[in-house]
Amino acid sequence: MSQYSEIAYQGLWKNNPGLVQLLGLCPLLAVTATVTNALGLGLATMAVLVGSNVLVSLIREFVPKEIRIAVFVMIIAALVTVVQLLINAYAYGLYLSLGIFLPLIVTNCVIIGRAEAFASRNNVVKAAFDGLMMGVGFTLVLIVLGAIREILGQGTLFDGADQLLGAWAAGLRIDLWHTDTSFLLAMLPPGAFLGMGLLIALKNVIDKKLAEKQPKAATAPVERARVTKVN
Amino acid sequence: MAFKIASSPHIIRPLQTSTVMQRVLLCALPGFAVQIAFFGWGTLFQVLLAMLTAVVTESAVMKLRQRSVSSTISDNSALLTALLIGVAVPPLAPWWLTVIGTGFAIVMVKQLYGGLGNNLFNPAMAAYVVLLIAFPVQMTSWVAPVGAAAHAPAFLESLHIILSGTQINVADSFQLSVDGFTMATPLDTLRTDLSQGHSISEILQKPAFNGIAGAGWFWVNLAYLLGGLVMLKLKLIRWHISAGVLGALTLCAAIGWLWQPATHISPLLHLFSGATMLGAFFIATDPVTAATSNKGRLIFGALIGVLVYVIRSYGGYPDAFAFAVLLANLTAPLLDYYIKPRTYGHRA
Repeated sequence: MSQYSEIAYQGLWKNNPGLVQLLGLCPLLAVTATVTNALGLGLATMAVLVGSNVLVSLIREFVPKEIRIAVFVMIIAALVTVVQLLINAYAYGLYLSLGIFLPLIVTNCVIIGRAEAFASRNNVVKAAFDGLMMGVGFTLVLIVLGAIREILGQGTLFDGADQLLGAWAAGLRIDLWHTDTSFLLAMLPPGAFLGMGLLIALKNVIDKKLAEKQPKAATAPVERARVTKVN
Repeated sequence: MAFKIASSPHIIRPLQTSTVMQRVLLCALPGFAVQIAFFGWGTLFQVLLAMLTAVVTESAVMKLRQRSVSSTISDNSALLTALLIGVAVPPLAPWWLTVIGTGFAIVMVKQLYGGLGNNLFNPAMAAYVVLLIAFPVQMTSWVAPVGAAAHAPAFLESLHIILSGTQINVADSFQLSVDGFTMATPLDTLRTDLSQGHSISEILQKPAFNGIAGAGWFWVNLAYLLGGLVMLKLKLIRWHISAGVLGALTLCAAIGWLWQPATHISPLLHLFSGATMLGAFFIATDPVTAATSNKGRLIFGALIGVLVYVIRSYGGYPDAFAFAVLLANLTAPLLDYYIKPRTYGHRA
């Protein structure tokens, strides 16, 4: 079981695709203007990630090494198409607001990265769990960044959540503050870069504090090797 | 020829940063004063507010970084940044605009990179661009110069407008009784009217262009030019950057003007409107973010001049100093890499 908690720790914190590996930054920065968009893209990416990890792990014995990348990409592309059509069918508003970034999940380096680095070397259950954890880690970063930008930019949270989750979610919308002059910068791409930088800095601070708290491993006293004889 | 006989020591001590900054601040005073004379007390409050914010935020960051607060504050560089932001924002802009801008300049642009000397970008200009992008409405409602508006806001009135934070609405309510005191700047007017198909000769008849190069703006620019010349005389700056900026801007403007006088304004108008003189002498010459060799400085300045002209004439914004300076800041490391002064005694 400790293997799985290690996978979870890697995906959610230590090797977080958003904060540490800095993979998939293009959609991460482009669609995080609101929590809803962030959540939508995060879930879509997570679904693709789990699916591709499972499939890649299943076929890992049969694919010749030389053409594996091409095969992985085709698997991922097929899964992205499935997810795209599903969102088009069941969450059309979200489909419109995610726009080009939905099909662009294909190019998200997290997915091909996990397929190559993990799924093609581990069994199906582990690969699925790894995909899930990486997906959750990615989604969490998206949501936090989306929340920061949405609060700063338009003073709301979960604006337009009904597009993703159905009509009941319209009540989720929280108005934190209201102003006639929204902080446009937070909504524009520079705001995403600034927010991302601050999040990474925050993670580094937390890591540093945690490292300080940990009791230092007792270092073995250095024994001096005598080269001269004591008589 | 009489030689001055001075006693030892003969080594001249280089000026300290705090002294340089202090003198630059003093040299900006004429322009600052003329700006207050033409555009009201708002500018004074904006500068004071920016300075207060700069000192508070810088102290806070230094506390966080566990460095000496007093030695950093007393280098006066934060005050200079604050002054530049204060004179650049519209005089009656709401207080939070200045506070956000100055805080951003000090915390994000200057201190996050490691403080004075380590920042890649000119803090004041980066803050200006942030404000312009984030709050375009507030940043473009400039005050009409004295004489152009029927009613100019008094001392306390401008303080009230700034602190109430709802400048647009307040100004609107004044518009009921008088002509109102916000007005597009000459460059703004130019940009809008050109896009509507007016010709230069028509536009120049507008009230924004009363006097030479726009009411008030000519004198403000002239005063900053004076301050800049004093800085050159005191050797606070070298002439290369300013000459590069003004030379390139004049050259480009002259070409455009001679080529198509119906849609391009004269070089004189370019030189004495907007932020030209303030930018050429006080902003572009920031020693931290500019190129460091003399030839590099000339190119750096010329780049700013060309960019200012191009953005003013063909870009989406009426004035362009902030963008031009930031873009040129990006090239400074490259300029320094390729243009290295010849070491004395070496052949090139």
